[in-house]
Amino acid sequence: MLRFILRRILQAIPVLIIIATLTFFMVRLAPGKPFDAEKATTPEIRARLEAHYGLDKPLLQQYFSYMGNLVKGDFGPSFKYANRSVNELIAASFPVSLELGAYAMCIALMLGLLAGVIASLKPNSPTDYVPMSMAMVGICLPTFVMGPLLILVFGLTLGWFNTSGWFFPSDRVLPALTLGGYYAAYTARLARGGMLEIMHQDFIRTARAKGASEKRVVLRHALKGGLLPVVSFIGPAIAGLVSGSFVVEMIFQIPGLGRYFVTSALNRDYAMVMGTVIFFAVLILVMNLIVDIVLVWLNPKLRFD
Amino acid sequence: MKQLLLIAIAMLAITGCGKRETRVEQGNRDQILHLGNGTEPQDLDPHIVTGVPEHHLITALLEGLVGLDPKDLRPVPGGAERWETSADGTVYTFYLRKNAKWSNGDPVTAHDFLNSFKRILTPSLASEYAYMLYVAKNAEAYNTGKLADFSEVGFKVLDDHTLQVQLNNPTPYFLSLLNHYSWYPVHLPTVEKHGPVHERGNRWTRPENFVGNGPFILDKWRENQIIIVKKSPTYWNADIVRLKEIHFYPIDSDDTEERAFRSGQLHVTQTVPLPKIDVYKREKPDLLRIYTYLGCYYYRVNVTKPPLDNKEVRRALAMAIDRENIVKHITKAGQIPAHHFTPPGTAGYTAEARIPMDVDAAKKLLAEAGYPDGKGLPTIEILYNTSEGHKVIAEAIQQMWKKNLNIDVQLVNQEWKVYLDSQKQLNYQICRAGWIGDYPDPNSFLDMWLTGGGNNQTGWSNSEYDQLIREASRAADPQKRMEIFQKAEAILLDEAPVIPIYFYTRNFLIQPSVKGWHPNILDHHPYQHVHLEAAKK
Repeated sequence: MLRFILRRILQAIPVLIIIATLTFFMVRLAPGKPFDAEKATTPEIRARLEAHYGLDKPLLQQYFSYMGNLVKGDFGPSFKYANRSVNELIAASFPVSLELGAYAMCIALMLGLLAGVIASLKPNSPTDYVPMSMAMVGICLPTFVMGPLLILVFGLTLGWFNTSGWFFPSDRVLPALTLGGYYAAYTARLARGGMLEIMHQDFIRTARAKGASEKRVVLRHALKGGLLPVVSFIGPAIAGLVSGSFVVEMIFQIPGLGRYFVTSALNRDYAMVMGTVIFFAVLILVMNLIVDIVLVWLNPKLRFD
Repeated sequence: MKQLLLIAIAMLAITGCGKRETRVEQGNRDQILHLGNGTEPQDLDPHIVTGVPEHHLITALLEGLVGLDPKDLRPVPGGAERWETSADGTVYTFYLRKNAKWSNGDPVTAHDFLNSFKRILTPSLASEYAYMLYVAKNAEAYNTGKLADFSEVGFKVLDDHTLQVQLNNPTPYFLSLLNHYSWYPVHLPTVEKHGPVHERGNRWTRPENFVGNGPFILDKWRENQIIIVKKSPTYWNADIVRLKEIHFYPIDSDDTEERAFRSGQLHVTQTVPLPKIDVYKREKPDLLRIYTYLGCYYYRVNVTKPPLDNKEVRRALAMAIDRENIVKHITKAGQIPAHHFTPPGTAGYTAEARIPMDVDAAKKLLAEAGYPDGKGLPTIEILYNTSEGHKVIAEAIQQMWKKNLNIDVQLVNQEWKVYLDSQKQLNYQICRAGWIGDYPDPNSFLDMWLTGGGNNQTGWSNSEYDQLIREASRAADPQKRMEIFQKAEAILLDEAPVIPIYFYTRNFLIQPSVKGWHPNILDHHPYQHVHLEAAKK
């Protein structure tokens, strides 16, 4: 197992280098420069501004000096937020996204698994159609519709929650529901599919033939295998959730990481774009590694590879 | 899991209590103003930042030499208690008040101002707004590195509390200029303590480090969430400051901001979502404010490429736009149709020249240019940055030109920075633009069209125009100066490298409890004059 993990970590290094390199050159090739503004400053000032961030140097030199700093874990100063480094901006916003993502994941798993498993027990019956239709609606309703809808009902009409902000524990509820609801819907569909497949396997028939109760069959024998598709899904899903969601953060004014993925690109804040992309890449790699370990644990067939 | 349970309990607890007191109601009681402030500020260093949200924060934290009257924007004593102007209008002597203090207790002296001016002009700081100080003698030379000795720049400390500024030319708007944050002082010893003074990336603006001389001091700064400023006990005029705190919320989304206002979380918003303007006009007109604003929404025309290198074609296009219609049916927020470029009444100046709406004359001009009834004219492209608001206006103009002049127009939208780049490279035919004046004077709208000016971006050049603008900057007689501007603007409109469309308005929502928030074209609201007063029930 240890060799497996070590090998995966070694494999991740070239992947990260490729991602960093591609991003570095792509963002610099995009038209529009970091210090373009509607009110143009003088060419002299602009040139000095670019020189301050090393943008006047040859591209390759910029690249190697960036990669040199990256090895030390230094993402450099943000171009847009003059008194902050990219490391600081990520360090301040990631915990917020992590918290929100954790709540959303809990909601997604609780609602999604419950709905999916119930639906799979009696396929093509009302207990299948009702949760699955709801899941379909959940997938179709994007967060930018769901969020304002929840705010309208629970924030403005009933007055139970603040419409935006991230100050009190109660401020977590609506964004977590908005974000979690979406993932719950996916989880439900995957769980149903996985369970349906597993319930037709021979070992389930064997369990039933031995006289195991239906409850025991589902919880003890089927569930572990039925959840395999869900597990492969939630790995990247968790990486996506904890790195924040631009839409949900905008709707609820949440100081998370998600907004930087979009705004840094729009601002051509090269350092911030690089920082967020690399950070996200690392997250995905780590999550995928964890998922693979869990899958091996869940599915004995994989242990021989 | 545990936390989730806690939330559920909190939820029940809240619902159990019935309607809570809103943030606005609490604020009214405790004199805490809650403001929507657009977007997260880049920084709070007046010598680094360039934006409007930063302006709102910096005016609370720092004070320049002069202030502005909250009602009519007249320069009033600020850091300086009085000033004198030399007979030729080129030398200003400021007498600083002796009781002014920094928030750490140090006195505010003329050296602070001098060193601050030196800092923003130092080339290595690369301050984007350094050019705001170019009206001072040799400031430009120092900032561009042509002059190394700062003592030759037109700032002189006469004694600890007397500062003299020598200008290149008599500059009638100089005192208004002083209200721009680029002219604000910073506490140099503090800046020094937290990093290099003349480099970017200094950390002195963190709440734990900040020292200011304004009516408020920086208390908390949580990125993308809130900035809290508290009343400063050391401010020289602390007696008149009635607000105890101001909370600035960087809310990017105007819908989110409007919902926060509606649920009683904000006293004043930055803006109103376009579709909501009609609703508020109809249902809650007392909460909606619409002020004229010192800015113009216009189209730039690239004069370097045919067929738009032809003045007649440009004029014809400009005359075939029904601006009244656009304002009435599309923008809908009290904007003024713009038949000239400088907003009316800017420092007492209203352009006499006009671009009229005259379809017949436009047709004639087009025929004279060799395109009778639009025949032979290639398709023209309008470029705008991706936004629903710009799109509907461009579509309306597309229709008007088709209907009035039989011209085919294609619309192209680009993401913000790409669009800026296209403009700078003159890689467009016609493009949407907006200009907000830096100070209330026609110069702020007219000197940008000088040949090769960084904000010209049309390729337009006219030697007579250039000469007039330069003449205006030297004119000592205000009346004569305005006459020169009239001539210049007449040339600009006749040549039509720009097609003005409407003058901006500022639209926002405000709670009735906010007092001392006066309408003015710069949208400046000195917080020392603002207070909260809840209506008696």
